[in-house]
Amino acid sequence: MLNQNIKLNTKVFNSDVEKKSTRLGFGEGLLQAGIENDNVVALCSDLKDPTKLNLFADKFPNRYIEMGIAEQNMASVASGMASMGKIPFIASFAIFNPGRNWEQIRTTICYNNQPVKIVSSHSGTAVGPDGGSHQCLEDLALTRVLPNMVVISPCDAIEARKATIAMSKTKNPTYLRCTRNDTPLITTNETPFEIGKAQIVFKPENGLSQVGIIATGPVLYDALIAAKKLGDSSIKVKVMNISTIKPLDKEAIISLAKETKNIITIEDHQITGGMGSTVAECLSEFYPTKIIFMGINDSFGQSGEPNELARHYKIDTESIVDTVIKNIK
Amino acid sequence: METLTDKNIKELQVKANDIRKSILEMLYLAGSGHTAGSLGMTDIFTYLYFNAIKHRPKDPFWIERDRLVLSNGHICPVLYATMAHAGYFDKSELKTLRKFGSRLQGHPHREFLPMLETSSGPLGEGLSQSVGMAIISKMDNGIDKKIYCLAGDGELNEGQNWEAIMLAAKHKLNNLILIVDRNFIQINGSTEIVMPLGDLLSKFKSFEWNGEQIDGNDFVQINRAIYNAKNEKDKPYVIIAKTIPCKGIKEWEGNYKWHGKTPNKEEYEMAMKELEALDENIK
Repeated sequence: MLNQNIKLNTKVFNSDVEKKSTRLGFGEGLLQAGIENDNVVALCSDLKDPTKLNLFADKFPNRYIEMGIAEQNMASVASGMASMGKIPFIASFAIFNPGRNWEQIRTTICYNNQPVKIVSSHSGTAVGPDGGSHQCLEDLALTRVLPNMVVISPCDAIEARKATIAMSKTKNPTYLRCTRNDTPLITTNETPFEIGKAQIVFKPENGLSQVGIIATGPVLYDALIAAKKLGDSSIKVKVMNISTIKPLDKEAIISLAKETKNIITIEDHQITGGMGSTVAECLSEFYPTKIIFMGINDSFGQSGEPNELARHYKIDTESIVDTVIKNIK
Repeated sequence: METLTDKNIKELQVKANDIRKSILEMLYLAGSGHTAGSLGMTDIFTYLYFNAIKHRPKDPFWIERDRLVLSNGHICPVLYATMAHAGYFDKSELKTLRKFGSRLQGHPHREFLPMLETSSGPLGEGLSQSVGMAIISKMDNGIDKKIYCLAGDGELNEGQNWEAIMLAAKHKLNNLILIVDRNFIQINGSTEIVMPLGDLLSKFKSFEWNGEQIDGNDFVQINRAIYNAKNEKDKPYVIIAKTIPCKGIKEWEGNYKWHGKTPNKEEYEMAMKELEALDENIK
C-alpha cells in the first residue's frame, strides 16, 4: 500500500494518472525561487524552451543571461557570478551540463565551493528518439564524486519543483537531474521534501517486507507498479524513493536492509557509479546485504520511445517484477 | 592621464625588485614552481596592487573593491608575493609556499586563502569567471568596479577563452580589463611553434574588443594602457603585455626551460646577487 503518512497521490495507480515532466517542475520551481530571492539568476546555452528556463526568462528578463552554445563558459561565468553574491542556475541537457563542462564544474564551482545550481532537463534513456548521443547515463556518477556537491534526482514534477526551491536556499553547489518526458505524479504538494532525506513510498499492509526496492527519478513509478503487482501475489515489498543521491540518507537505507536483507536498486543510469553504487558503498560498509542492480549495464542508449527503451534495457515494471520473483527465497 | 614622475617610476621599480627577491626566495625554498612567468609579470602586478586597483589589504572582503582574477594560476608566486608586500598578510608566510598546511597552495585555492577572488590552475577558466563578475557588476548597477583578469598567452589555446571573449563583447563589458602575458613561451616551447597565436590584438579587435599592445616591463607603458582601459566607454579592453620571462635575471631571461623550474642553491645565490645589484642601479 502507498505510504500515506507522506500524503502521496492517491490516483497514482489509476490509468489516467496525471503526468508532467520533471523539467517542467524545475521551471516552475525556478520561477518561484526567482520571486522569493532577487539574487537568483539563470544562464542558458541556447536551450531556453527545452530546459523550461523560459518561465524564469519571461518574468525576469534582466536576470536571464543567454550564453550561446557554450556550456564550459556557462559553468565558469556562473562561478564568477556566485562570487558576487548571486545564486546562478545553469541548465542544459545532462550530456553537456555536467557532461561537456565537468572540469569547469569541478574547478570553478566545487573547488571554489560556490553556490552554482546545475540542472539537466534531459537525462537517461527517457530522452527517447534523439538517440544514444543525447541520453546521458553517466551524470550521477560524474557529479557525486565531486567534493562539496549535492546531487538530487527527483521522482516527479512536484518533487522537482520543491527541490529547485530548496536548493536555491542552500550554499552548496548542487546538481538537479530532470527528464524530458511527462511522467506520473507520485507525490503531492503536501508530501514533505527535505534535501538528504529518503522516503518509503510503498509498504506491505502488514508484516515485514521480503524485498526493498530503492529507486531514483521517474522510474520510481515503475517500482511502485511492480510492488503493487507483487503485493497482489502476496510478495511483500517496500519501495524507497532516494531523491537525494548525495548526501545519502544512510540511516534509512540501513534500516531497509535490516528489515528485508534483500535490496534491489533501479535507475535510468549506468549501473557503474550511479545510485545503486552509492547504496552499495553504504551497505557494504555498515550492513553487508545482497543487492541486485537494475540500470543500464555498460552500454550506450539508442533511439526509441522511452517505454520501448525501458523494456529493452530492463528497467521497466515487468523486469522489476521478474527480478523480485527470481530473487526471493 | 596621470603621468608617472621619475620618482614614481623609481619607487615602482624598487618595489618590483623587492617582490622579485621574495619570489626567488619562495621558489628556492619550495623546490618546485613556476619561475619564468612569475618574474616576467612582476612589474604588472606591482603596478596593479600599488597604483591601480581599488582595494583595502586589511579589509580584503570590502564590497566595493575591484576584482583581480589570476587565470594562469601557476604564476601564483607573483600574486602571493605582491599581496604580502601590499599588506594582505605577513611576508614571512611566503616561505610556506607549496608546503603541507600552507595557505599558499601550489596553485591558488580560495578555500585555503579566502581573500583570493578565485581558485585557479587549470587554464582557460579565469576569463569566464571575470566575465561573470563583470556582468553582475553591471546588472547590480552599483559602485563602478573594474574586473581585472590576468592570463597567459599559451593559455589562449584553450577554446573556453574564446567563448568568454564573445560573451564579453556581447555585453559590452567596458568594466573588464584582460591583461595577457605575451611572453611567447609555453611548456613545449615557443607559442608560435606549439600553436601560433599570431597577431593577438587583431584577433581581439575582430571579436569586438578594444585594446593595445605594450612592453609589460615598462611602467610608463603599463600606466598608459591601464588608463586607457579604465576609460574605455563601450567595449571590453585587452592589454597584450609583452614581458620577458625571468625578467631581472639576465642569464635566464627568455628561456622557456624556466617555465616550470626553480633555482638550486647556486643559481639562487647568483640571481639574488643580481637583483641586489639592480637595486643599486635604480637608485
